[in-house]
Amino acid sequence: MTQIRHIAIKEFKDYFTSPIAYIVISIFLIVTGWFFFSTFFLYDRASMRDFFLLLPTIFAFIIPAITMRLLSEEMNVGSYEILVTMPVSLTDIAIGKFLGATSFVIVMLIPTILYPVSISFLGDLDLGPIIGGYIGAILLGSAYCAIGVFASSLTRNQIVAFIIGAAICFTFTIIDRVLFFVPGALASIIEYIGANSHFANISKGVIDTRDIIYFASVIFLALFGTYLMMKEKN
Amino acid sequence: MTAVTQIEVTNLKKNYNNFCAVDKINFKVKTGEILGLLGPNGAGKTTTLRMLTGFFEPSSGNIKIKNLKIPEDTLKIKKLIGYLPESAPLYHNMLVFDYLVYVAKIKEIAKDRIADKLKELSSLCGLSEIMHKPVSELSKGLNQRVGLAHAMISDPEILILDEPTSGLDPNQIVEIRKIIKNIGKEKTIILSTHILSEAEATCDRILIIDKGKIVADDTPKNLKKNAKTESYITLSLNNTNHDIDVEKAKDIIKSIDKSIIVKVENRSDKGVITFTIIASNIDDPMKKIYLAIKGTDYIISEFKKESQSLENIFHKLTTEGLQEVQQEDK
Repeated sequence: MTQIRHIAIKEFKDYFTSPIAYIVISIFLIVTGWFFFSTFFLYDRASMRDFFLLLPTIFAFIIPAITMRLLSEEMNVGSYEILVTMPVSLTDIAIGKFLGATSFVIVMLIPTILYPVSISFLGDLDLGPIIGGYIGAILLGSAYCAIGVFASSLTRNQIVAFIIGAAICFTFTIIDRVLFFVPGALASIIEYIGANSHFANISKGVIDTRDIIYFASVIFLALFGTYLMMKEKN
Repeated sequence: MTAVTQIEVTNLKKNYNNFCAVDKINFKVKTGEILGLLGPNGAGKTTTLRMLTGFFEPSSGNIKIKNLKIPEDTLKIKKLIGYLPESAPLYHNMLVFDYLVYVAKIKEIAKDRIADKLKELSSLCGLSEIMHKPVSELSKGLNQRVGLAHAMISDPEILILDEPTSGLDPNQIVEIRKIIKNIGKEKTIILSTHILSEAEATCDRILIIDKGKIVADDTPKNLKKNAKTESYITLSLNNTNHDIDVEKAKDIIKSIDKSIIVKVENRSDKGVITFTIIASNIDDPMKKIYLAIKGTDYIISEFKKESQSLENIFHKLTTEGLQEVQQEDK
Protein backbone atom coordinates (compact mmCIF):
# COMPACT_ATOMS: atom_id res chain seq x y z
CA MET A 1 0.00 0.00 0.00
CA THR A 2 2.78 2.44 0.90
CA GLN A 3 4.41 1.60 -2.42
CA ILE A 4 1.29 2.74 -4.25
CA ARG A 5 1.42 6.01 -2.35
CA HIS A 6 5.08 6.61 -3.17
CA ILE A 7 4.57 5.89 -6.85
CA ALA A 8 1.49 8.13 -6.95
CA ILE A 9 3.30 10.99 -5.22
CA LYS A 10 6.27 10.66 -7.55
CA GLU A 11 4.08 10.72 -10.64
CA PHE A 12 2.13 13.69 -9.31
CA LYS A 13 5.32 15.66 -8.57
CA ASP A 14 6.73 14.74 -11.97
CA TYR A 15 3.96 16.70 -13.68
CA PHE A 16 5.03 19.85 -11.93
CA THR A 17 8.77 19.45 -12.38
CA SER A 18 8.30 19.51 -16.13
CA PRO A 19 6.33 22.03 -18.19
CA ILE A 20 3.56 19.49 -18.90
CA ALA A 21 1.43 20.43 -15.91
CA TYR A 22 1.44 24.12 -16.66
CA ILE A 23 0.77 23.67 -20.35
CA VAL A 24 -2.05 21.19 -19.82
CA ILE A 25 -3.72 23.21 -17.07
CA SER A 26 -3.50 26.40 -19.13
CA ILE A 27 -4.98 24.75 -22.20
CA PHE A 28 -7.72 23.17 -20.12
CA LEU A 29 -8.66 26.48 -18.50
CA ILE A 30 -8.56 28.42 -21.76
CA VAL A 31 -10.68 25.88 -23.62
CA THR A 32 -13.29 25.38 -20.88
CA GLY A 33 -13.33 29.09 -20.06
CA TRP A 34 -13.84 30.12 -23.65
CA PHE A 35 -16.51 27.55 -24.54
CA PHE A 36 -18.38 28.08 -21.32
CA PHE A 37 -18.37 31.85 -21.01
CA SER A 38 -18.75 32.68 -24.70
CA THR A 39 -22.39 31.53 -24.56
CA PHE A 40 -22.97 31.97 -20.83
CA PHE A 41 -24.50 35.46 -21.04
CA LEU A 42 -26.70 34.57 -24.02
CA TYR A 43 -28.55 31.97 -21.97
CA ASP A 44 -28.89 34.35 -19.06
CA ARG A 45 -28.94 31.50 -16.56
CA ALA A 46 -26.91 31.29 -13.35
CA SER A 47 -25.92 27.65 -13.72
CA MET A 48 -22.91 25.54 -14.58
CA ARG A 49 -24.86 23.13 -16.75
CA ASP A 50 -23.09 24.02 -19.96
CA PHE A 51 -19.72 23.68 -18.30
CA PHE A 52 -20.48 20.13 -17.23
CA LEU A 53 -22.00 19.31 -20.63
CA LEU A 54 -18.73 20.32 -22.20
CA LEU A 55 -16.44 18.56 -19.77
CA PRO A 56 -16.56 14.96 -21.11
CA THR A 57 -15.45 16.04 -24.59
CA ILE A 58 -12.62 18.17 -23.25
CA PHE A 59 -11.54 15.43 -20.83
CA ALA A 60 -11.49 12.93 -23.69
CA PHE A 61 -8.58 14.85 -25.22
CA ILE A 62 -6.89 16.45 -22.23
CA ILE A 63 -6.64 13.36 -20.02
CA PRO A 64 -4.91 11.07 -22.54
CA ALA A 65 -2.35 13.87 -22.91
CA ILE A 66 -1.78 13.73 -19.17
CA THR A 67 -1.53 9.97 -18.98
CA MET A 68 0.29 9.20 -22.22
CA ARG A 69 3.76 9.28 -20.70
CA LEU A 70 3.04 7.27 -17.55
CA LEU A 71 4.19 3.89 -18.83
CA SER A 72 5.27 4.54 -22.44
CA GLU A 73 8.05 6.86 -21.37
CA GLU A 74 9.35 4.40 -18.81
CA MET A 75 9.37 1.62 -21.37
CA ASN A 76 11.05 3.84 -23.89
CA VAL A 77 13.79 5.12 -21.59
CA GLY A 78 14.24 1.72 -19.94
CA SER A 79 13.51 2.92 -16.42
CA TYR A 80 10.59 0.50 -16.55
CA GLU A 81 13.11 -2.23 -15.77
CA ILE A 82 14.24 -0.35 -12.67
CA LEU A 83 10.66 0.19 -11.57
CA VAL A 84 9.58 -3.40 -12.03
CA THR A 85 12.63 -4.87 -10.30
CA MET A 86 12.10 -2.76 -7.20
CA PRO A 87 10.02 -4.46 -4.51
CA VAL A 88 6.70 -3.43 -6.01
CA SER A 89 4.03 -5.54 -7.63
CA LEU A 90 2.61 -4.78 -11.05
CA THR A 91 -0.69 -3.91 -9.40
CA ASP A 92 1.07 -1.33 -7.24
CA ILE A 93 2.52 0.24 -10.36
CA ALA A 94 -0.80 0.37 -12.21
CA ILE A 95 -2.73 1.79 -9.26
CA GLY A 96 0.05 4.19 -8.27
CA LYS A 97 0.30 5.67 -11.74
CA PHE A 98 -3.48 5.89 -11.98
CA LEU A 99 -3.76 7.72 -8.66
CA GLY A 100 -0.96 10.10 -9.60
CA ALA A 101 -2.77 11.09 -12.78
CA THR A 102 -6.15 11.32 -11.04
CA SER A 103 -4.76 13.66 -8.39
CA PHE A 104 -3.42 15.82 -11.16
CA VAL A 105 -6.85 15.96 -12.79
CA ILE A 106 -8.36 17.03 -9.47
CA VAL A 107 -5.78 19.78 -9.14
CA MET A 108 -6.57 20.84 -12.69
CA LEU A 109 -10.24 21.20 -11.76
CA ILE A 110 -9.58 23.36 -8.72
CA PRO A 111 -9.16 26.70 -10.57
CA THR A 112 -12.56 26.16 -12.22
CA ILE A 113 -14.18 26.58 -8.80
CA LEU A 114 -13.78 30.26 -9.57
CA TYR A 115 -16.58 29.89 -12.14
CA PRO A 116 -19.37 28.99 -9.68
CA VAL A 117 -17.98 31.51 -7.22
CA SER A 118 -18.21 34.34 -9.75
CA ILE A 119 -21.58 33.13 -11.05
CA SER A 120 -22.98 33.18 -7.54
CA PHE A 121 -22.55 36.96 -7.58
CA LEU A 122 -24.75 37.19 -10.68
CA GLY A 123 -27.74 35.22 -9.51
CA ASP A 124 -29.06 32.42 -7.34
CA LEU A 125 -26.87 29.40 -7.83
CA ASP A 126 -28.18 25.94 -7.01
CA LEU A 127 -25.32 24.23 -5.16
CA GLY A 128 -26.61 20.65 -5.60
CA PRO A 129 -25.84 20.25 -9.31
CA ILE A 130 -22.50 21.95 -8.86
CA ILE A 131 -21.31 19.64 -6.09
CA GLY A 132 -22.72 16.71 -8.06
CA GLY A 133 -21.02 18.01 -11.16
CA TYR A 134 -17.64 18.12 -9.50
CA ILE A 135 -18.07 14.64 -8.02
CA GLY A 136 -19.07 13.45 -11.49
CA ALA A 137 -16.10 15.24 -13.01
CA ILE A 138 -13.74 13.48 -10.61
CA LEU A 139 -15.31 10.09 -11.33
CA LEU A 140 -15.26 10.68 -15.07
CA GLY A 141 -11.71 12.02 -14.85
CA SER A 142 -10.53 8.96 -12.96
CA ALA A 143 -12.21 6.60 -15.41
CA TYR A 144 -10.49 8.36 -18.32
CA CYS A 145 -7.20 8.34 -16.40
CA ALA A 146 -7.48 4.58 -16.00
CA ILE A 147 -8.15 4.27 -19.73
CA GLY A 148 -5.17 6.54 -20.39
CA VAL A 149 -2.89 4.41 -18.21
CA PHE A 150 -4.05 1.36 -20.12
CA ALA A 151 -3.35 3.07 -23.47
CA SER A 152 0.09 4.01 -22.18
CA SER A 153 0.84 0.40 -21.28
CA LEU A 154 0.20 -0.69 -24.86
CA THR A 155 3.10 1.07 -26.53
CA ARG A 156 6.41 2.70 -25.87
CA ASN A 157 5.50 5.58 -28.12
CA GLN A 158 3.79 8.41 -26.25
CA ILE A 159 2.07 9.84 -29.32
CA VAL A 160 0.54 6.47 -30.13
CA ALA A 161 -0.52 6.14 -26.48
CA PHE A 162 -2.21 9.53 -26.71
CA ILE A 163 -4.06 8.67 -29.89
CA ILE A 164 -5.26 5.31 -28.57
CA GLY A 165 -6.29 6.86 -25.26
CA ALA A 166 -8.11 9.76 -26.89
CA ALA A 167 -9.86 7.39 -29.31
CA ILE A 168 -11.18 5.18 -26.48
CA CYS A 169 -12.20 8.11 -24.27
CA PHE A 170 -13.86 9.92 -27.15
CA THR A 171 -15.78 6.77 -28.06
CA PHE A 172 -17.05 6.53 -24.49
CA THR A 173 -18.05 10.18 -24.68
CA ILE A 174 -19.99 10.17 -27.94
CA ILE A 175 -21.27 6.63 -28.20
CA ASP A 176 -24.68 7.57 -26.80
CA ARG A 177 -25.19 10.04 -29.66
CA VAL A 178 -25.58 7.15 -32.08
CA LEU A 179 -28.55 5.77 -30.13
CA PHE A 180 -30.80 7.26 -32.78
CA PHE A 181 -29.49 4.81 -35.38
CA VAL A 182 -29.54 1.56 -33.40
CA PRO A 183 -32.46 -0.78 -32.72
CA GLY A 184 -34.23 -0.43 -29.41
CA ALA A 185 -32.79 -3.55 -27.82
CA LEU A 186 -29.25 -2.38 -28.36
CA ALA A 187 -29.94 1.20 -27.43
CA SER A 188 -30.13 0.66 -23.71
CA ILE A 189 -26.90 -1.35 -23.70
CA ILE A 190 -25.06 1.30 -25.66
CA GLU A 191 -26.43 4.01 -23.45
CA TYR A 192 -25.15 2.11 -20.44
CA ILE A 193 -21.69 1.70 -21.98
CA GLY A 194 -21.35 5.39 -22.81
CA ALA A 195 -20.01 7.62 -20.05
CA ASN A 196 -22.29 10.53 -20.81
CA SER A 197 -25.56 9.33 -19.32
CA HIS A 198 -23.86 8.38 -16.06
CA PHE A 199 -22.01 11.62 -15.86
CA ALA A 200 -25.16 13.57 -16.72
CA ASN A 201 -27.07 11.85 -13.90
CA ILE A 202 -24.48 12.75 -11.31
CA SER A 203 -24.05 16.29 -12.58
CA LYS A 204 -27.77 16.84 -12.12
CA GLY A 205 -27.09 16.24 -8.47
CA VAL A 206 -28.49 12.72 -8.49
CA ILE A 207 -25.91 10.43 -7.01
CA ASP A 208 -26.94 6.91 -7.88
CA THR A 209 -24.92 3.82 -6.93
CA ARG A 210 -25.46 2.43 -10.43
CA ASP A 211 -23.48 5.31 -11.91
CA ILE A 212 -20.76 4.98 -9.31
CA ILE A 213 -20.54 1.26 -10.01
CA TYR A 214 -20.26 2.07 -13.72
CA PHE A 215 -17.26 4.32 -13.21
CA ALA A 216 -15.68 1.92 -10.74
CA SER A 217 -15.99 -0.92 -13.25
CA VAL A 218 -14.45 1.13 -16.04
CA ILE A 219 -11.53 1.97 -13.74
CA PHE A 220 -11.18 -1.65 -12.66
CA LEU A 221 -11.29 -3.03 -16.19
CA ALA A 222 -8.79 -0.50 -17.54
CA LEU A 223 -6.35 -1.07 -14.67
CA PHE A 224 -6.76 -4.81 -14.97
CA GLY A 225 -5.97 -4.47 -18.67
CA THR A 226 -2.87 -2.47 -17.74
CA TYR A 227 -1.83 -5.21 -15.34
CA LEU A 228 -2.28 -7.85 -18.03
CA MET A 229 -0.26 -5.81 -20.53
CA MET A 230 2.59 -5.44 -18.05
CA LYS A 231 2.44 -9.12 -17.21
CA GLU A 232 2.54 -9.95 -20.90
CA LYS A 233 5.77 -7.97 -21.27
CA ASN A 234 7.49 -10.21 -18.70
CA MET B 1 31.95 -16.71 6.06
CA THR B 2 29.85 -19.81 5.66
CA ALA B 3 29.58 -21.12 2.17
CA VAL B 4 25.86 -21.64 1.94
CA THR B 5 24.22 -21.92 -1.42
CA GLN B 6 22.23 -18.75 -1.80
CA ILE B 7 21.05 -18.92 -5.36
CA GLU B 8 20.20 -22.10 -7.14
CA VAL B 9 19.24 -22.15 -10.77
CA THR B 10 18.05 -25.37 -12.37
CA ASN B 11 17.16 -26.01 -15.99
CA LEU B 12 16.42 -22.37 -16.53
CA LYS B 13 15.07 -21.64 -19.98
CA LYS B 14 13.76 -18.57 -21.74
CA ASN B 15 12.24 -18.42 -25.18
CA TYR B 16 11.38 -15.32 -27.14
CA ASN B 17 8.86 -16.62 -29.62
CA ASN B 18 10.95 -19.19 -31.50
CA PHE B 19 14.30 -17.94 -30.33
CA CYS B 20 15.81 -19.65 -27.31
CA ALA B 21 17.83 -17.03 -25.44
CA VAL B 22 18.72 -19.12 -22.41
CA ASP B 23 18.80 -22.87 -22.81
CA LYS B 24 18.45 -25.00 -19.68
CA ILE B 25 21.26 -23.59 -17.63
CA ASN B 26 22.18 -24.75 -14.12
CA PHE B 27 24.36 -23.02 -11.59
CA LYS B 28 24.66 -22.25 -7.90
CA VAL B 29 26.01 -19.22 -6.16
CA LYS B 30 27.29 -19.26 -2.60
CA THR B 31 26.95 -16.51 -0.07
CA GLY B 32 29.69 -13.92 -0.42
CA GLU B 33 30.76 -15.03 -3.85
CA ILE B 34 31.39 -12.73 -6.78
CA LEU B 35 30.19 -14.55 -9.85
CA GLY B 36 30.91 -13.25 -13.33
CA LEU B 37 28.69 -14.09 -16.26
CA LEU B 38 30.84 -13.83 -19.30
CA GLY B 39 29.85 -14.15 -22.89
CA PRO B 40 29.72 -12.45 -26.26
CA ASN B 41 26.90 -10.06 -27.05
CA GLY B 42 23.57 -11.81 -27.24
CA ALA B 43 24.74 -14.86 -25.34
CA GLY B 44 21.89 -14.64 -22.83
CA LYS B 45 23.60 -12.89 -19.92
CA THR B 46 21.12 -10.07 -19.56
CA THR B 47 18.18 -12.43 -20.00
CA THR B 48 19.52 -14.66 -17.22
CA LEU B 49 19.94 -11.69 -14.89
CA ARG B 50 16.51 -10.37 -15.76
CA MET B 51 14.99 -13.69 -14.80
CA LEU B 52 16.88 -13.66 -11.50
CA THR B 53 15.54 -10.20 -10.70
CA GLY B 54 11.97 -11.12 -11.56
CA PHE B 55 11.77 -8.80 -14.56
CA PHE B 56 11.25 -11.70 -16.93
CA GLU B 57 9.39 -14.85 -16.14
CA PRO B 58 11.30 -18.01 -17.09
CA SER B 59 9.76 -20.15 -19.82
CA SER B 60 10.67 -23.18 -17.73
CA GLY B 61 13.03 -24.20 -14.96
CA ASN B 62 13.47 -23.06 -11.40
CA ILE B 63 15.16 -20.23 -9.60
CA LYS B 64 15.56 -20.62 -5.88
CA ILE B 65 16.95 -17.80 -3.81
CA LYS B 66 17.27 -18.52 -0.10
CA ASN B 67 14.37 -20.98 -0.11
CA LEU B 68 12.22 -18.50 -2.02
CA LYS B 69 11.06 -19.35 -5.50
CA ILE B 70 10.32 -17.38 -8.62
CA PRO B 71 7.54 -16.66 -9.56
CA GLU B 72 5.65 -17.41 -6.31
CA ASP B 73 7.78 -15.24 -4.04
CA THR B 74 8.95 -12.69 -6.58
CA LEU B 75 8.07 -9.76 -4.36
CA LYS B 76 10.08 -11.15 -1.43
CA ILE B 77 12.97 -11.96 -3.71
CA LYS B 78 12.97 -8.44 -5.10
CA LYS B 79 13.53 -7.22 -1.55
CA LEU B 80 16.68 -9.31 -1.26
CA ILE B 81 18.14 -8.10 -4.50
CA GLY B 82 19.76 -4.86 -5.55
CA TYR B 83 19.80 -4.62 -9.32
CA LEU B 84 21.69 -2.39 -11.68
CA PRO B 85 20.28 -2.83 -15.19
CA GLU B 86 22.48 -2.43 -18.22
CA SER B 87 23.38 1.26 -18.74
CA ALA B 88 21.37 2.21 -15.63
CA PRO B 89 18.26 3.79 -17.13
CA LEU B 90 17.22 6.18 -14.36
CA TYR B 91 14.46 8.79 -14.26
CA HIS B 92 15.86 11.67 -16.24
CA ASN B 93 13.68 14.42 -14.90
CA MET B 94 14.54 13.87 -11.25
CA LEU B 95 17.38 15.23 -9.16
CA VAL B 96 19.85 12.61 -7.96
CA PHE B 97 18.86 13.28 -4.36
CA ASP B 98 15.13 13.10 -5.05
CA TYR B 99 15.64 9.96 -7.05
CA LEU B 100 17.53 8.18 -4.30
CA VAL B 101 15.01 9.29 -1.67
CA TYR B 102 12.22 7.93 -3.86
CA VAL B 103 14.00 4.61 -4.24
CA ALA B 104 14.70 4.48 -0.51
CA LYS B 105 11.01 5.01 0.23
CA ILE B 106 9.91 2.35 -2.22
CA LYS B 107 12.43 -0.04 -0.72
CA GLU B 108 10.87 0.63 2.66
CA ILE B 109 13.82 2.21 4.41
CA ALA B 110 12.75 3.88 7.64
CA LYS B 111 12.35 7.64 7.23
CA ASP B 112 14.87 8.55 9.90
CA ARG B 113 17.49 6.30 8.34
CA ILE B 114 17.25 7.65 4.79
CA ALA B 115 19.52 10.66 5.39
CA ASP B 116 22.25 8.54 6.98
CA LYS B 117 21.99 5.96 4.24
CA LEU B 118 22.34 8.59 1.55
CA LYS B 119 25.40 10.05 3.22
CA GLU B 120 26.98 6.64 3.44
CA LEU B 121 26.26 5.87 -0.22
CA SER B 122 27.35 9.25 -1.44
CA SER B 123 30.77 8.75 0.09
CA LEU B 124 31.00 5.14 -1.11
CA CYS B 125 30.00 5.91 -4.68
CA GLY B 126 31.34 9.47 -4.79
CA LEU B 127 28.03 11.24 -5.29
CA SER B 128 28.35 14.18 -2.92
CA GLU B 129 29.10 16.63 -5.74
CA ILE B 130 26.14 15.64 -7.89
CA MET B 131 23.32 15.14 -5.40
CA HIS B 132 21.59 18.35 -6.50
CA LYS B 133 21.92 17.72 -10.24
CA PRO B 134 19.21 16.35 -12.50
CA VAL B 135 19.91 12.80 -13.62
CA SER B 136 19.69 13.91 -17.27
CA GLU B 137 22.79 16.10 -16.85
CA LEU B 138 25.00 13.32 -15.57
CA SER B 139 27.77 11.75 -17.60
CA LYS B 140 27.66 8.04 -18.28
CA GLY B 141 30.03 7.24 -15.44
CA LEU B 142 28.16 9.33 -12.90
CA ASN B 143 24.89 7.84 -14.05
CA GLN B 144 26.36 4.41 -13.48
CA ARG B 145 27.44 5.38 -9.98
CA VAL B 146 23.95 6.60 -9.14
CA GLY B 147 22.71 3.27 -10.48
CA LEU B 148 25.08 1.47 -8.12
CA ALA B 149 23.84 3.58 -5.22
CA HIS B 150 20.29 2.69 -6.29
CA ALA B 151 21.16 -1.00 -6.18
CA MET B 152 22.82 -0.82 -2.78
CA ILE B 153 20.47 1.52 -1.00
CA SER B 154 18.57 -1.17 0.85
CA ASP B 155 21.66 -3.14 1.88
CA PRO B 156 20.54 -6.09 -0.22
CA GLU B 157 22.07 -9.49 0.39
CA ILE B 158 22.47 -10.04 -3.31
CA LEU B 159 23.67 -7.54 -5.86
CA ILE B 160 23.04 -8.14 -9.53
CA LEU B 161 24.96 -5.87 -11.84
CA ASP B 162 24.49 -5.96 -15.59
CA GLU B 163 27.58 -4.68 -17.36
CA PRO B 164 28.51 -2.38 -14.49
CA THR B 165 31.49 -0.84 -16.27
CA SER B 166 30.24 -0.59 -19.84
CA GLY B 167 30.76 2.80 -21.39
CA LEU B 168 33.03 4.07 -18.65
CA ASP B 169 36.50 5.49 -19.09
CA PRO B 170 39.46 3.50 -17.72
CA ASN B 171 39.70 5.54 -14.51
CA GLN B 172 36.03 5.08 -13.79
CA ILE B 173 36.31 1.39 -14.52
CA VAL B 174 39.04 1.01 -11.93
CA GLU B 175 36.94 2.98 -9.48
CA ILE B 176 33.77 0.96 -10.02
CA ARG B 177 35.74 -2.27 -9.78
CA LYS B 178 37.16 -1.12 -6.48
CA ILE B 179 33.66 -0.42 -5.22
CA ILE B 180 32.44 -3.83 -6.39
CA LYS B 181 35.37 -5.60 -4.73
CA ASN B 182 34.66 -3.73 -1.55
CA ILE B 183 31.01 -4.63 -1.44
CA GLY B 184 31.79 -8.17 -2.49
CA LYS B 185 33.49 -8.82 0.81
CA GLU B 186 30.11 -9.07 2.49
CA LYS B 187 27.58 -9.61 -0.24
CA THR B 188 26.85 -12.03 -2.99
CA ILE B 189 27.39 -10.38 -6.34
CA ILE B 190 26.50 -11.56 -9.80
CA LEU B 191 27.81 -9.39 -12.58
CA SER B 192 27.73 -9.77 -16.30
CA THR B 193 30.33 -8.52 -18.67
CA HIS B 194 31.78 -9.16 -22.06
CA ILE B 195 35.12 -7.75 -21.01
CA LEU B 196 37.39 -10.54 -19.90
CA SER B 197 39.92 -8.57 -17.95
CA GLU B 198 37.05 -7.32 -15.87
CA ALA B 199 35.82 -10.76 -14.96
CA GLU B 200 39.39 -11.78 -14.25
CA ALA B 201 39.97 -8.78 -12.02
CA THR B 202 36.80 -8.87 -9.97
CA CYS B 203 35.24 -12.31 -9.92
CA ASP B 204 35.77 -15.33 -7.69
CA ARG B 205 34.13 -17.56 -10.23
CA ILE B 206 33.31 -17.23 -13.89
CA LEU B 207 30.50 -18.70 -15.92
CA ILE B 208 31.10 -18.46 -19.62
CA ILE B 209 27.83 -18.41 -21.51
CA ASP B 210 27.43 -18.81 -25.21
CA LYS B 211 24.20 -19.07 -27.17
CA GLY B 212 22.24 -19.54 -23.98
CA LYS B 213 24.37 -22.40 -22.70
CA ILE B 214 27.05 -22.55 -20.05
CA VAL B 215 30.32 -23.57 -21.68
CA ALA B 216 32.60 -23.15 -18.68
CA ASP B 217 32.17 -22.73 -14.95
CA ASP B 218 35.28 -22.30 -12.83
CA THR B 219 37.56 -19.86 -11.05
CA PRO B 220 39.61 -17.61 -13.33
CA LYS B 221 42.74 -19.34 -12.04
CA ASN B 222 41.54 -22.84 -12.88
CA LEU B 223 40.25 -21.79 -16.25
CA LYS B 224 43.71 -20.54 -17.06
CA LYS B 225 45.44 -23.57 -15.62
CA ASN B 226 43.40 -26.04 -17.61
CA ALA B 227 44.20 -24.30 -20.82
CA LYS B 228 47.91 -24.13 -20.10
CA THR B 229 48.97 -27.11 -22.13
CA GLU B 230 49.39 -24.98 -25.23
CA SER B 231 51.67 -21.99 -25.30
CA TYR B 232 51.81 -19.34 -27.95
CA ILE B 233 55.18 -17.75 -28.49
CA THR B 234 56.07 -14.85 -30.73
CA LEU B 235 59.63 -14.74 -31.99
CA SER B 236 61.19 -12.16 -34.30
CA LEU B 237 64.56 -12.82 -35.83
CA ASN B 238 66.87 -10.88 -38.08
CA ASN B 239 70.42 -10.95 -39.25
CA THR B 240 72.64 -8.01 -40.08
CA ASN B 241 74.77 -9.81 -42.66
CA HIS B 242 72.38 -11.72 -44.85
CA ASP B 243 68.74 -12.58 -45.14
CA ILE B 244 67.45 -15.37 -43.00
CA ASP B 245 66.66 -18.66 -44.65
CA VAL B 246 63.14 -19.13 -43.34
CA GLU B 247 63.01 -22.86 -43.83
CA LYS B 248 66.32 -23.29 -42.06
CA ALA B 249 65.13 -21.21 -39.12
CA LYS B 250 61.94 -23.24 -38.96
CA ASP B 251 63.90 -26.45 -38.91
CA ILE B 252 66.08 -25.21 -36.07
CA ILE B 253 63.05 -24.50 -33.95
CA LYS B 254 61.34 -27.72 -34.93
CA SER B 255 64.42 -29.68 -33.98
CA ILE B 256 63.36 -29.21 -30.34
CA ASP B 257 60.24 -31.28 -30.77
CA LYS B 258 58.34 -32.47 -33.81
CA SER B 259 55.00 -31.43 -32.40
CA ILE B 260 55.93 -27.74 -32.46
CA ILE B 261 54.08 -25.73 -35.05
CA VAL B 262 55.92 -22.79 -36.56
CA LYS B 263 54.17 -20.19 -38.69
CA VAL B 264 55.60 -17.12 -40.36
CA GLU B 265 53.55 -14.25 -39.13
CA ASN B 266 55.23 -11.31 -40.80
CA ARG B 267 58.22 -10.33 -42.94
CA SER B 268 59.36 -6.75 -42.62
CA ASP B 269 61.38 -4.82 -45.23
CA LYS B 270 64.34 -4.72 -42.91
CA GLY B 271 64.64 -8.48 -42.95
CA VAL B 272 62.93 -9.10 -39.64
CA ILE B 273 60.87 -12.24 -39.69
CA THR B 274 58.23 -12.84 -37.07
CA PHE B 275 57.21 -16.37 -36.21
CA THR B 276 54.33 -17.65 -34.18
CA ILE B 277 55.23 -20.84 -32.39
CA ILE B 278 52.65 -23.12 -30.86
CA ALA B 279 54.16 -25.59 -28.45
CA SER B 280 51.98 -28.30 -26.94
CA ASN B 281 52.91 -30.32 -23.89
CA ILE B 282 56.49 -29.09 -23.72
CA ASP B 283 58.06 -28.02 -20.47
CA ASP B 284 59.48 -24.55 -20.55
CA PRO B 285 59.46 -24.08 -24.34
CA MET B 286 60.93 -20.59 -24.04
CA LYS B 287 64.18 -21.94 -22.65
CA LYS B 288 64.49 -24.61 -25.30
CA ILE B 289 63.85 -22.25 -28.16
CA TYR B 290 66.37 -19.79 -26.78
CA LEU B 291 69.03 -22.44 -26.49
CA ALA B 292 68.36 -23.56 -30.06
CA ILE B 293 68.64 -20.02 -31.44
CA LYS B 294 71.69 -19.25 -29.35
CA GLY B 295 73.89 -21.48 -31.50
CA THR B 296 73.08 -19.54 -34.72
CA ASP B 297 74.04 -16.03 -35.77
CA TYR B 298 70.45 -14.80 -35.66
CA ILE B 299 69.62 -11.74 -33.63
CA ILE B 300 66.49 -11.95 -31.53
CA SER B 301 64.56 -8.70 -31.75
CA GLU B 302 61.39 -9.90 -30.06
CA PHE B 303 60.72 -12.96 -27.96
CA LYS B 304 57.63 -13.31 -25.85
CA LYS B 305 55.10 -15.78 -24.62
CA GLU B 306 51.51 -14.83 -24.99
CA SER B 307 50.22 -15.32 -21.53
CA GLN B 308 47.39 -17.79 -21.85
CA SER B 309 44.84 -15.17 -21.02
CA LEU B 310 41.18 -15.75 -20.50
CA GLU B 311 40.84 -14.02 -23.80
CA ASN B 312 42.12 -17.11 -25.63
CA ILE B 313 40.03 -19.48 -23.57
CA PHE B 314 36.96 -17.37 -24.06
CA HIS B 315 37.59 -17.11 -27.75
CA LYS B 316 38.09 -20.82 -28.04
CA LEU B 317 35.02 -21.75 -26.04
CA THR B 318 32.68 -19.31 -27.70
CA THR B 319 33.77 -19.87 -31.28
CA GLU B 320 33.99 -23.64 -31.25
CA GLY B 321 30.34 -23.99 -32.08
CA LEU B 322 30.75 -21.50 -34.86
CA GLN B 323 33.61 -23.44 -36.44
CA GLU B 324 31.63 -26.65 -36.31
CA VAL B 325 28.78 -24.98 -38.11
CA GLN B 326 31.12 -23.57 -40.72
CA GLN B 327 32.68 -26.96 -41.29
CA GLU B 328 29.27 -28.52 -41.70
CA ASP B 329 28.41 -25.85 -44.23
CA LYS B 330 31.47 -26.73 -46.25
